[in-house]
Amino acid sequence: MSAAGAVLVLEDGRTFRGEAYGAVGETVGEAVFSTGMTGYQETLTDPSYHRQVVVMTAPHVGNTGVNDEDEESARIWVAGYVVRDPARVPSNWRSRRTLDAELAAQGVVGISGVDTRALTRHLRERGAMRVGVFSGEAAQRPAADLLEAVRSAPAMTGADLAGEVTTAEVYTVPAQGERRFTVAAVDLGIKSMTPQRMAERGIEVRVLPATATLEQVLTAGADGGAPDGVFFSNGPGDPSAATHEIEVLQGVLARRIPFFGICYGNQLLGRALGFGTYKLKYGHRGINQPVMDRATGKVEVTAHNHGFAVDAPLDGPSDTPFGRAVVSHVGLNDDVVEGLRCLDVPAFSVQYHPEAAAGPHDAGYLFDRFTDLMAGADPATTTGGTAAGDGPGAGSGAGTGAATSTDDTPKGA
Amino acid sequence: MPRRTDISSVLVIGSGPIVIGQAAEFDYSGTQACRVLRAEGLRVILVNSNPATIMTDPEMADATYVEPITPEVVEAIIAKEKPDALLATLGGQTALNTAIALHEQGVLERHGVELIGADVAAIQLGEDREKFKGVVARCGAESARSHVCHTMDEVLAAAGDLGYPVVVRPSFTMGGLGSGFAYDEADLRRIAGQGLHHSPTTEVLLEESILGWKEYELELMRDRADNVVVVCSIENFDPMGVHTGDSITVAPAMTLTDREYQRLRDIGIAVIREVGVDTGGCNIQFAVNPADGRVIVIEMNPRVSRSSALASKATGFPIAKIAAKLAVGYTLDEIPNDITRVTPASFEPTLDYVVVKVPRFAFEKFPAADPTLTTTMKSVGEAMALGRNFTEALQKALRSVERRGASFTWVGEPGDLAELLEVVRRPTDTRLQLVVQAIRAGATPEQLFESTRIDPWFLDQLFLLDEIAREVRDAEQITPGLLRRAKRHGFSDVQIGELRAMPEDVVRGVRHALGVRPVYKTVDTCAAEFAATTPYHYSSYDEEDETRPREKPAIVILGSGPNRIGQGVEFDYSCVHASFALADAGFETVMVNCNPETVSTDYDTSDRLYFEPLTLEDVLEVVHAEQRCGPVAGVVVQLGGQTPLGLAARLKAAGVPVIGTSPEAIHLAEERGAFGRVLAEAGLPAPKHGTAVSFAEARDIAAGIGYPVLVRPSYVLGGRGMQIVYDEGSLAEYMATATEVSADRPVLVDRFLDDAIEIDVDALFDGHEMYLGGVMEHIEEAGIHSGDSACVLPPPTLGRGELARVRTSTEAIARGVGVRGLLNVQFALAADILYVLEANPRASRTVPFVSKATGVPLAKAAARIMAGATIAELRAEGMLPASGDGGALPPEAPTSVKEAVLPFARFRTADGQVVDSLLGPEMRSTGEVMGIDVDFPTAFGKSQTAAYGGLPTAGTAFISVADRDKRAMVLPVKRLADLGFRLLATEGTAETLRRNGISSTVVRKHSAGSVDGEPTIVGRILAGEVDLVVNTPSGNQARADGYEIRAATTAVGKPIVTTVQQLAAAVQAPRLAAAPPRRLRGVVV
Ligand SMILES: Nc1ncnc2c1ncn2[C@@H]1O[C@H](COP(=O)(O)OP(=O)(O)O)[C@@H](O)[C@H]1O
Ligand SMILES: Nc1ncnc2c1ncn2[C@@H]1O[C@H](COP(=O)(O)OP(=O)(O)O)[C@@H](O)[C@H]1O
Ligand SMILES: [Mg+2]
Ligand SMILES: [Mg+2]
Repeated sequence: MSAAGAVLVLEDGRTFRGEAYGAVGETVGEAVFSTGMTGYQETLTDPSYHRQVVVMTAPHVGNTGVNDEDEESARIWVAGYVVRDPARVPSNWRSRRTLDAELAAQGVVGISGVDTRALTRHLRERGAMRVGVFSGEAAQRPAADLLEAVRSAPAMTGADLAGEVTTAEVYTVPAQGERRFTVAAVDLGIKSMTPQRMAERGIEVRVLPATATLEQVLTAGADGGAPDGVFFSNGPGDPSAATHEIEVLQGVLARRIPFFGICYGNQLLGRALGFGTYKLKYGHRGINQPVMDRATGKVEVTAHNHGFAVDAPLDGPSDTPFGRAVVSHVGLNDDVVEGLRCLDVPAFSVQYHPEAAAGPHDAGYLFDRFTDLMAGADPATTTGGTAAGDGPGAGSGAGTGAATSTDDTPKGA
Repeated sequence: MPRRTDISSVLVIGSGPIVIGQAAEFDYSGTQACRVLRAEGLRVILVNSNPATIMTDPEMADATYVEPITPEVVEAIIAKEKPDALLATLGGQTALNTAIALHEQGVLERHGVELIGADVAAIQLGEDREKFKGVVARCGAESARSHVCHTMDEVLAAAGDLGYPVVVRPSFTMGGLGSGFAYDEADLRRIAGQGLHHSPTTEVLLEESILGWKEYELELMRDRADNVVVVCSIENFDPMGVHTGDSITVAPAMTLTDREYQRLRDIGIAVIREVGVDTGGCNIQFAVNPADGRVIVIEMNPRVSRSSALASKATGFPIAKIAAKLAVGYTLDEIPNDITRVTPASFEPTLDYVVVKVPRFAFEKFPAADPTLTTTMKSVGEAMALGRNFTEALQKALRSVERRGASFTWVGEPGDLAELLEVVRRPTDTRLQLVVQAIRAGATPEQLFESTRIDPWFLDQLFLLDEIAREVRDAEQITPGLLRRAKRHGFSDVQIGELRAMPEDVVRGVRHALGVRPVYKTVDTCAAEFAATTPYHYSSYDEEDETRPREKPAIVILGSGPNRIGQGVEFDYSCVHASFALADAGFETVMVNCNPETVSTDYDTSDRLYFEPLTLEDVLEVVHAEQRCGPVAGVVVQLGGQTPLGLAARLKAAGVPVIGTSPEAIHLAEERGAFGRVLAEAGLPAPKHGTAVSFAEARDIAAGIGYPVLVRPSYVLGGRGMQIVYDEGSLAEYMATATEVSADRPVLVDRFLDDAIEIDVDALFDGHEMYLGGVMEHIEEAGIHSGDSACVLPPPTLGRGELARVRTSTEAIARGVGVRGLLNVQFALAADILYVLEANPRASRTVPFVSKATGVPLAKAAARIMAGATIAELRAEGMLPASGDGGALPPEAPTSVKEAVLPFARFRTADGQVVDSLLGPEMRSTGEVMGIDVDFPTAFGKSQTAAYGGLPTAGTAFISVADRDKRAMVLPVKRLADLGFRLLATEGTAETLRRNGISSTVVRKHSAGSVDGEPTIVGRILAGEVDLVVNTPSGNQARADGYEIRAATTAVGKPIVTTVQQLAAAVQAPRLAAAPPRRLRGVVV
């Protein structure tokens, strides 16, 4: 199997050679590594990876092929894909196609046979940076040209990318069973599992484009009224560039409409409250990250995918234009702010992914906190679900009842 | 939550002797636990009957008891030491069952001892298969359909409902003992019968068969704050039906989507909570239907298990260590991750490499045993390998198990496709190799999946290997690219040499010339997300090397590889001691080993750990890598048994500094001719012998020295292929079937010494002075392998003069051979002549026993001598006693007895019979126990109790001995009668007894058959009427009767004595109750 040659060039000049994987051609983006050992299909289709070239630390990728249920959006978003040992033959009862074919079909340029551990260590030491992957013809060009191509690509910092990944029209994900609430979910790069998790809890989700005005958000409720809650999704890009979305969010907070944000949504809540945001050296991308819920003192193992983080004082409530706010969750690996909660307005958010696709279901209870919030309970006192014996459950009964019941539900969006 | 302040002392129960299903991994976990608990300032009290363990080193605990692990003994220890808590979840099934017994007898309550780790309720929920199914149901998951049965009638009814094949498993047994597949009623009666017997609760479970499903395991940990993490997922290469202990296993799981994996994780977490394992580790097994993903929970072990040791080594997450911390109250987030130091243990390790474990079997030692792999674990050890992909890890693991033919080969004809497809249906220890042959023979993935149910992804990896092999074989010439490609998929220089018809070293030369060398990666628990501080390395043919430079001179210690009969944990013990001693002496210690069960492969035992196969190629590359990092003062080959010893000469030839006894000296001791000359020079007698490569030669030699003769292949350990041959006929047979006979591997023919007392000696020699470590007198006579024979130290019946001869002879051999370090000599004393049977210029199996018995760390001293110290210096330092040695112990010194533990009960012949339990010159024991007390009878009694529960002190004894034993039998049998035993005997034996005034009841021989209702002896044994069986094999005739008797005894699990010497010792042993546990004396360190 003498595949076409490929080369990976980092902004700082470090180069790795390998074979072409997926589409043949060239691509440039921000190099990030993801440490999950399962869930490559979910990762590839997560809009938060828009414009990023993802390095998989797990050596074998593609073993379970590609199926029709596990994607998190309608397409693959990663700008490029770097793996060590791609599967030749997928093996899984749900598999429909090989990953190689899927990448090629969607024009995603990748490279295989790379010492992904060396590359990861490099990114860990030097920080996330731009990278180019060139295969086939492109790989033959002089090194200097390739490096130039990489260096001339736009950097991630300052980029407002939500607009590039958000839905064109409004769509609705109906509640499962009887509808308890209606939520306006602003799509900044939403993953299909997120409305799914809400729908399972009797929430009807109106998914709005990132460009939605405050007006549109406030009339997204059942029959044109105000929604019971507002949700800001995950998504790519630099939160400091999202001025429009932040204004909308401030309007929501001012009206005391229950708010829940995930990932990018957490960063936007942070900025709306007047906190800063900053770019992590090399981000958190994986499904094994320990986070402590400071309300319960319990540790949850969570799925992460973020390059930016909120800069808020870890202890003590801070005063904000919307009253007091606290850091509700902390990442135990490096004390990064992983969640915010307002004490005087009904709003909270987490930096990680309770919808967990891919990833552990430990944080599913957060969706219950959101429903409780909409039901008027105080988020501080509700942790949603008790530990032992309520179904195959990581953190929470509801969260994981859902987790197991969704095993074969088709994607929402 | 910080550590509990209400606990200040903890009793830790070890797992006792190494047996199949419960091996060295529990020394590893127990040792970690003791270290942690002591570091926490707790008083640690330890009980374990296995001397060949690091955990029983006195410095590991505040009070160490090498005593039988029985409720009675443990209660006595509790009464004496008054611990606050009992930690039983790190000592395998033995510790767990003992803890439950202590609880049920109210002992724990009476003495106010709290069971920490898992409480009894949790243990029972986890271990009781019926209760466990309830748990699974409450967690919204599925179990296999089943019925719990307590009687044979219930069993048959259940089978009617479930249909055949049906799985039978007893509750509360480990390693699947007594379980199996029943394909029809006959099978069922047999297996269930034994199952009912083996289960402490006489309970078996009949279960719907889900043969062929995918099998997975998860290792979980939970803390008292209810935080749960999954440490590792493991996928079995062999589908359901092959015990995980016998399966090739892979970490992480290779063929699960995230949704499927998370589902297993959710179930696992729900189960550990529902069972209520309040703190610590547990292991849960799943079966997944490849057709539709349906998940069935197979079982859970609410304790640290074999798989947790594997998971710890595979991920760098020290499960046992953390379990111990959790047990005393910490929570996961309070415990730092050793490897990153900056992040907490409350995370889930992620791997950027692949781990493969391959089991090591010992069927060659039980020719009668059926090698089909079933639900009963049969492997005696395992090797693990890491690689950056599956193929690399698999091929490294295969060469790590050190079994001829384990590595894939492309030479010779693959064989007939149709036949191969048929044989691979049956899982055996060689199925994997046959699958590759089938691929060579043109099998398609579909055909192979149909025959084996091995996952198509795994099968494709084997096809990939076959493609690469062809590329290498057919290439015009080896290009760097091709070589690198082969190496990236784990091909060894030997394999490439085979494919290119070149010697291994030529391939290596070419490879080095082309600059194709491995790099060393680091196991860091986090796929490089954080910097690792622990140098735990594995090789891979990848780009970046991670080894760090160092200043201090390093000493590389070669371990002993997978446990196997004849080379077990004893050798790991010596390697670990060497590492400790050399570190103390200021060296940087580098361990190379591939056995995941051991303490030596714990990343904090040595300064650096290379988890690598112990082949010439792999060792040379490690040495090369270390030489780049800094000075290498030497490589130790003397402590890991035959494995590293066999590399010595070739390592030296390759310019590696081998320290200690030189390869030339090793040759002097190992090569028969050379050794003969050493003995001749020293004027020491050896049994008449010769070496033969053909039957003709063998016949002439035998004729020359007279029958019986002892025959065996040269260069073996553990008496491999060794036989006592009584006549020319059987000699011809042996030569015909003898394994591995060739000019450079001739067959050795020895005069067999009858009625000889065997003596084992371990000694240190520095070139000038000898330190006699200990002299052991065997209980069984020469002819029973030293590893299987019980032995006593100090020797109870040897006179001063004999001891003096042993001393001078040993010293003469040490000098003559040129030993620097340890030497083991085996003598046989016959007709007042002290014959030398063999000398092993290395640490022996008995080093740990001798060290414990005499309180002198022989392996540590040996390591220091190899590194240049003299015995005089070590005496001055206090590592060795200032004066005297183990050959001259003071009269008040206690007596220690080592007893072997044998696995006969595990093996079945193809038609389901137990294999014969006769002892012989070929070693068959898997482990050993030690009994230590004031005198021989008491110590022996303890050793018997520790080994198998002990001899009965009353009841019915059946005696049937060979003519040659009739005389020696009289006194001991008299003593049995005096003890009040009712005696049954076969005619001849009864006759002798009668003449000597001992009355016994004559019973019908098996061959005589049972006439009008009167049962034969076999019938009585099976009916449980006999409490003790004494049966010594008679001469050389086919011993059908003897076999039937021993088989029946093994089947009902009653004690059997097969040598008269053993009987003589046994009748001296008083009730154990008379012998209170005694603390082991501190070792001088
Ligand atoms: N219902 C079943 N059908 C087929 N194989 C089974 C079944 N249950 C268990 N096995 C096989 O038997 C092995 C041992 O069973 P297990 O329950 O794990 O007992 P143990 O306590 O000895 O580990 C498993 O690893 C699995 O391969
Ligand atoms: N000449 C002999 N006569 C009687 N028994 C012998 C003789 N040689 C060896 N044996 C028995 O065989 C066993 C194994 O032989 P040994 O030379 O020690 O091989 P190994 O290298 O396997 O230990 C010894 O422990 C001893 O009991
Ligand atoms: Mg099991
Ligand atoms: Mg021997």
